[in-house]
Amino acid sequence: MLKIENLKTYYGNIQALKGINIEISEGEIVTLIGANGAGKTTTLMSISGVVPPRSGKISFNGKDITGIAPDAIVPLGIIQVPEGRRIFPDLTITENLDMGAFLRKDDAGIKRDMDYVFNLFPILAERRSQRGGTLSGGEQQMLAISRALMAKPKLLLLDEPSLGLAPILVQLIFDIIKKINKEQKTTVFLVEQNANMALKTAHKGYVMETGRITMADTCANLLKNDEVRKAYLGI
Amino acid sequence: MNSTYFIELFLGGLTRGSIYALIALGYTMVYGIIQLINFAHGEIYMIGAFTALIVSGALAFTGLDPVIIFLISAVVAIVFSAAYGVTMEKIAYKPLRKAPRLSALISAIGMSMFLQNYVLLAQTSDFQPFPDLIPDLKFLKPIENIMNTTQFIILATTAVVMVLFTLLIKYTKIGKAMRATAQDKIMAQLVGININKVIMVTFLIGSSTAAIGGILISSHVGQINFYIGFIAGIKAFVAAVLGGIGSVPGAVLGSFVLGLTESFGTGYISSDYEDVFAFGFLIIILIFKPSGILGKPTKKKV
Repeated sequence: MLKIENLKTYYGNIQALKGINIEISEGEIVTLIGANGAGKTTTLMSISGVVPPRSGKISFNGKDITGIAPDAIVPLGIIQVPEGRRIFPDLTITENLDMGAFLRKDDAGIKRDMDYVFNLFPILAERRSQRGGTLSGGEQQMLAISRALMAKPKLLLLDEPSLGLAPILVQLIFDIIKKINKEQKTTVFLVEQNANMALKTAHKGYVMETGRITMADTCANLLKNDEVRKAYLGI
Repeated sequence: MNSTYFIELFLGGLTRGSIYALIALGYTMVYGIIQLINFAHGEIYMIGAFTALIVSGALAFTGLDPVIIFLISAVVAIVFSAAYGVTMEKIAYKPLRKAPRLSALISAIGMSMFLQNYVLLAQTSDFQPFPDLIPDLKFLKPIENIMNTTQFIILATTAVVMVLFTLLIKYTKIGKAMRATAQDKIMAQLVGININKVIMVTFLIGSSTAAIGGILISSHVGQINFYIGFIAGIKAFVAAVLGGIGSVPGAVLGSFVLGLTESFGTGYISSDYEDVFAFGFLIIILIFKPSGILGKPTKKKV
């Protein structure tokens, strides 16, 4: 579904991605784990078109999407839930969800999807006219995921959804990710520092270190791998 | 101190405030979205007034009803000014989007000087009479010594513009996209908002309201020259800062507060100190509330 070939991205003169290759098949949950500053967020921002790569190729369902603008990526169904959730603080919950559906014109479908996410996270329905900035971290994460779902994602990019959340909420968020993958048949690309949770949730995993992919395998194998266990699982 | 004089000053203050508000909207919207003080914004207001003057002059020979001439000139002036605003953004600010903020600010000052001098060359530095096209409204006859027709039209038009503007920002898709872009540009892109389009619309709307202000005040004062935009622009900028730059209700509130301060100050103390009241009041407010009346305190990340 998504294929990244030899991708190189720079911030000024600093090379953040040093030629990475990633492949995601339809229906999978694929995870990318690694330490802070490894280039995980840059990878997602390159896919979304916010940080255009200098060289390499990103293709989606066979179509070359390298370097095209973010507002041209979104209608393809590649939707990102960015790090830190980035809720519009002065828009209400409903308005935040409306923004998620910004490029859609099917009002009936939008209404249906809004009911779906309110069903998924009843707390959001209760607070629908509250401003996004007044929500707790967990609620904001729920809203961020809901906003992405409003765009009808085919490929959902999640950047550190567990960051700063209490363990019970982390569990809830990961359960929801699995549910979305199963019920909506949405392919998920999950970037995480919480390697333990990520590897238990995903089917396939990539390990990233300072701009390079150092390992790629099924999650079952990665969980057994000594290096991964030592460096990322703390066992 | 008599009450008629007070009411007269009060209405005078509201009139001034209305004009400031129509200009300040553009300042605060542009600042909210691209964090730029668009110093050339006052020039758009001046260009609106001149376009209306030229169009109404050309139409004077057609023998049309003055009100029709006024409305046609106003519409042409608004379209023209909006085109100026959008073009200005394209050539002077867009190429500097990723440059340090100071570069764009200097570009704005340059744009302001360019437009002023361009009108100076085309129209000379003399004050030009602005035609009186609006017939006196009959129902204002009994109170014409405290409020005249143009004043009434300024207040009424401003009220309508503000209501339409609020509805636009609050309920339409482009309005929500503008707010979203002002709050988080990267996230706005991630939901598929074309921020270039949003910025263009912002300049379009801001320039249109400024042009409305320019046309209205010219019919009220009766004469214009190339310099009116600079002075009005600075005052509207003060109003936007007073209210809290970046905040739309703040800009409107700041404009009326400023208009009333000037009006009462000149009326009761001395008309020589008009600008002293404006800037003095600004300084006092900024001492106690540096982010302006309705501005949000800037958060510093440690």
